[in-house]
Amino acid sequence: MTAPSVKPLLEIRGLRAAYGKIEALKGVDLDINPGEIVALIGANGAGKSTLMMTIFGRPRARAGQIRFDGRDITGMATHEIARLRIAQSPEGRRIFPRMSVAENLQMGADATECSEADRATGLERVVTLFPRLKERMAQRGGTLSGGEQQMLAIGRALMSRPRLLMLDEPSLGLAPLVARQIFDAIRTLNRQDGLTVLIVEQNANHALKLAHRGYVMVNGLITLSGTGNELLQRPEVRSAYLEGGRRG
Amino acid sequence: MDYFAQQVINGIVLGSIYGLIAIGYTMVYGIVGMINFAHGDIFMIGGFIALISFLVLVSIGLTAIPLILLIVLLVSMAITALYGWTVERIAYRPLRHSFRLAPMLSAIGMSFVLSNFSQVAQGARVKPVPPIITGGYTLLEQNGFAVRLSNAQIVVVVTTIVLLAIFTWLVSRTRLGRDMRACEQDQTMAALLGVDVDRTISMTFVIGAALAAVAGMMYLLYYGLVDFFMGFVAGIKAFTAAVLGGIGSLPGAMLGGLAIGLIETLWSAYFSVEYKDVAAFSILIIVLIFLPTGLLGRPEVEKV
Repeated sequence: MTAPSVKPLLEIRGLRAAYGKIEALKGVDLDINPGEIVALIGANGAGKSTLMMTIFGRPRARAGQIRFDGRDITGMATHEIARLRIAQSPEGRRIFPRMSVAENLQMGADATECSEADRATGLERVVTLFPRLKERMAQRGGTLSGGEQQMLAIGRALMSRPRLLMLDEPSLGLAPLVARQIFDAIRTLNRQDGLTVLIVEQNANHALKLAHRGYVMVNGLITLSGTGNELLQRPEVRSAYLEGGRRG
Repeated sequence: MDYFAQQVINGIVLGSIYGLIAIGYTMVYGIVGMINFAHGDIFMIGGFIALISFLVLVSIGLTAIPLILLIVLLVSMAITALYGWTVERIAYRPLRHSFRLAPMLSAIGMSFVLSNFSQVAQGARVKPVPPIITGGYTLLEQNGFAVRLSNAQIVVVVTTIVLLAIFTWLVSRTRLGRDMRACEQDQTMAALLGVDVDRTISMTFVIGAALAAVAGMMYLLYYGLVDFFMGFVAGIKAFTAAVLGGIGSLPGAMLGGLAIGLIETLWSAYFSVEYKDVAAFSILIIVLIFLPTGLLGRPEVEKV
């Protein structure tokens, strides 16, 4: 599946992680190549969000290896991983509720040492993608609507000029129109800036149409993988995540 | 009226000292969710270091009082900050992921360690100093009663205001302050954004201890004495101030400090000195019954 000539940007091998005694990841293998959008789909509790957090060392991997750009990051501290310019818009968005929108975005830029000029261009790009945020700059994060918070979470992640952007359920709880805006923004970022994206979604239809490749996760294991279109045609994907499940 | 005005002045001075200590309690509570019971003793250490550095400076022949005060201030802030950092490093950080009560028990232990260490190292007797800042102004005088504002009181209040201004700027405008607020609101997210949470927590203890050192020095200037046990009562009062203002709220800590200082002073002036602590704590209980989150605290609704 992976073109043999490209070296993956993120390479996960045999990854295991647990919360206490409950094993959430039971040996996951996953690759993300530079410039790709990869979708990870699966039911609630399959371990998708855990995988994203384990890449950041929370919880720590019990076994297996995570390599970013050829470098082993498995045991690294969370903040050091973030400083490699891996950014995440996490489950539940996790906006700082008592900081202004501008400060939330600054927190994103702080993740990497960047010049004032870089900050300004980063901010410019975020408000071009999400003009709504521009009107809300001075407002506290906690007072934004769900869609605006989602835009802010993605914008904050973009402010670090990430080499890998990870999005956990960016369409969750959003009106279809807003969800489409967000998917359009991700596509634009990927096409124009060559941004590499890992997107976790329950909304399999949208995610697989957007992604170059996808993985299906069940109970802490990857059960299927392939290009977005291949997966959309697979009967087991259709029955489990499209026809029976929520539609976009 | 004159008598009342005088008591208000005295109350504000005392309240400034409580407020400076209370900030340390409230900051640490906000960021790590524990009550640092050793903080009162950090204040006491600050008082002792101010006393020692003052005596050293005088004994080497320095006479310019403003210069002496400035050096004493900086030295006691720096050394006390080191104490604060060390306490966090050895007594709290190893227990951060332990059960909830562990750091609190450790804090009570640290409180004993610090006060007993001072008792052994400095002796149990009260250490008086001659008035360092003398003189003052008579604001108004009638019927034989003068409202006085001493230079020592002016120094306490002005120093407090200047330090609070610097502190407010630090928290609201600098990168460190932003990181501290981020850790206070969501530590995991802060780490995901590259914030070194351990370092930020250390800095919180350092800043809290430095402000407590200022309070310790002000106490020395104003009351002219320090002793190894003074951290206990002042610490409890400042903790009360932090809770009264709304634990976790920085302006609340200062407001609570002023409130406790005023209540205590006015009660002593009009009712009885013996029951001043009863008055301060009774008001605390009454406020907590009707305003459980304190004067400026916020209800815990934003936490997920």
